[in-house]
Amino acid sequence: MSPSAPAPARKGMIIDRDGLQSLLDRLSARGFDVIGPTVRDGAIIYDRISSVDVMPEGWTDDQDAARYRLARRSDMALFGYAVGPHSWRRFLQPPEERLWQATRQQVGLTIHTTAVPSAPYAFIGVRACELRAISIQDRVFLEGPHPDRRYAERRRGAFIVAVNCTEAGGTCFCASMGSGPRAADGFDLALTELIDANGHRFLLEVGTDAGAASVEDLPSRDADAGALVAAEEATARAAAGMRRKMATAGLKELLQANPEHPHWSEVAERCLACANCTLVCPTCFCSTVADYTDLRGHEADRVRRWDSCFAADFSSIHGGPVRASRRARYRQWMSHKLAHWIDQFDISGCVGCGRCITWCPVGIDITVEAAAIRAAPPRPAAGEGDDDGNA
Amino acid sequence: MAVRDRPTLAVWKFASCDGCQLSLLDCEESLLTLAGQLDIAYFVEASSAFRAGPYDLSLVEGSITTAADAERIRSVRACSHRLVTIGACATAGGIQGLRNFADVRDFVAAVYASPEYIRTLATSTPIAAHVPVDFELRGCPIDKHQLLEVISAFLARRKPDLPEDSVCTSCKRAGIPCVMVTHGTPCLGPVTHAGCGALCPAYARGCYGCFGPAEQANTASLSRAWNALGTDRRTLHRAFRSFNAAADPFRMESEAHADPDHPR
Ligand code: SF4
Ligand code: SF4
Ligand code: SF4
Repeated sequence: MSPSAPAPARKGMIIDRDGLQSLLDRLSARGFDVIGPTVRDGAIIYDRISSVDVMPEGWTDDQDAARYRLARRSDMALFGYAVGPHSWRRFLQPPEERLWQATRQQVGLTIHTTAVPSAPYAFIGVRACELRAISIQDRVFLEGPHPDRRYAERRRGAFIVAVNCTEAGGTCFCASMGSGPRAADGFDLALTELIDANGHRFLLEVGTDAGAASVEDLPSRDADAGALVAAEEATARAAAGMRRKMATAGLKELLQANPEHPHWSEVAERCLACANCTLVCPTCFCSTVADYTDLRGHEADRVRRWDSCFAADFSSIHGGPVRASRRARYRQWMSHKLAHWIDQFDISGCVGCGRCITWCPVGIDITVEAAAIRAAPPRPAAGEGDDDGNA
Repeated sequence: MAVRDRPTLAVWKFASCDGCQLSLLDCEESLLTLAGQLDIAYFVEASSAFRAGPYDLSLVEGSITTAADAERIRSVRACSHRLVTIGACATAGGIQGLRNFADVRDFVAAVYASPEYIRTLATSTPIAAHVPVDFELRGCPIDKHQLLEVISAFLARRKPDLPEDSVCTSCKRAGIPCVMVTHGTPCLGPVTHAGCGALCPAYARGCYGCFGPAEQANTASLSRAWNALGTDRRTLHRAFRSFNAAADPFRMESEAHADPDHPR
């Protein structure tokens, strides 16, 4: 749905696997580039899907800090897993894109802006935490005096089919962040997958007029009260089953009052500064812009690609990086996510998806690190300078 | 640019396998373009026609392993406006840097029938240990696209865009699920300089560290993670002791996992 479309009242209907396939077919027929979950390289990732057959049917994921394993389910659920290494950010804010190309002419240059691909995206299986992440990126890229035109174009056309989580993943804590496991708004359609004595089916709710139009005449039946209750219960179970929690009360003030907390050094002992956490996070938005010239000096490309606050170049100015140490970089990442983001965008930068925990090769856990800073008494301000060259 | 204005290029070889120079010859169609932009004045591997310096750009492959080469690199530096080292040998000492951890005389005695004819230094050292270097291009071997970027940047008088990030950044941009996390395969990517485009993880293998240490490489923490995946001391010792063994972060980490009975 478009970033600001109002959500009409929900309407429940029941579809089955074939109904889901018809929905995918309709979206393709309407010219959408349909993206959804599929299994590749030992993980559930997001890519172009044409059919329910390529979805992770009967698969789940076993996740913990620094650990992700695919596993077989005892049922044939299509959405029986949590979020994986990819997020929708890959599509709305691609990892690398050429912004423009310049060609030298007899006199001067011609500049060709690289167009954003014209087919709008349809995202299938967007989780509640991911909807929140998209809405956060909307604030970053669309609000304020300089909206990002390329993001806006991709975002404007996107059609979103959300999925309510009925099981929590091993590293999820969306309930703490108030972003899930049930999708509240921001979708065109929302599905809740139900597998019980009444069979395998999906409760489908409509979030927008575009969503309603897409399911007109879709083979379905009206949702009975039983299905609505079962869906509520399933998402409540997911919330109750969440193994990780983040205490958010006063967290911003806590982190901002403790830039010299000894725990930052303790994390720096473990942190690899590899940037995985930032690059899997669905709300991280930093990019860098690089210019390339060819050998003949006839063509130049301006390219934008994902960047990370863990990279040296990220904070480099004349004389070196402002944040020279792993300590300073981890502190920047976590304090930005959980504290400064609130000053900047009026919302936390963390949606509790757990990706940074699962995909950190050494299992650094944002919930555990935040708790450690909360648990240990803050060091009295000694007035000493920062030993790692960070302001 | 008129032909007579083309900057001159020289390519020099020190102790190395020639693989990095071959990456230059492997540039295929770009090689012709390159020859149109640069006057290839000295490149023994490609042509027997040499012209005397000075040279605008020198690419230096190989490490310093003999007293004669320690002298020769000074004269190369003296006749080069810009000097770029290419490959793990030239930037870190290469696989022959393994001698730094042993007595080179033992190697010489084991390999050569008449060791008395061999004159060699006790260590293999990178070019930057001997003369100032303008840019170090990593890799064993180097990546030809990166080489073309360095040369294009030189020609345009701009900084090459080759960040010191970890290999993990390449994995993530390419959308490759981490091999450590998804199947417990030990990977040197988090401490290794990007540049290969995450070649090994793309084929579900762990990174071998061909591009040497990344900026801020936390090798000790990565070793603990490898241990947790079941890697033993000897494997860790060897993992950090390959083409970039003599680069400080890798050297220190391999030494931390040395055999207690042969502590090097
Ligand atoms: S900080 Fe971690 S848990 Fe929070 S949104 Fe980012 S990746 Fe998810
Ligand atoms: S917290 Fe983990 S994923 Fe993030 S930079 Fe440090 S080691 Fe890498
Ligand atoms: S596979 Fe290796 S290089 Fe890639 S993200 Fe994982 S640890 Fe990093």
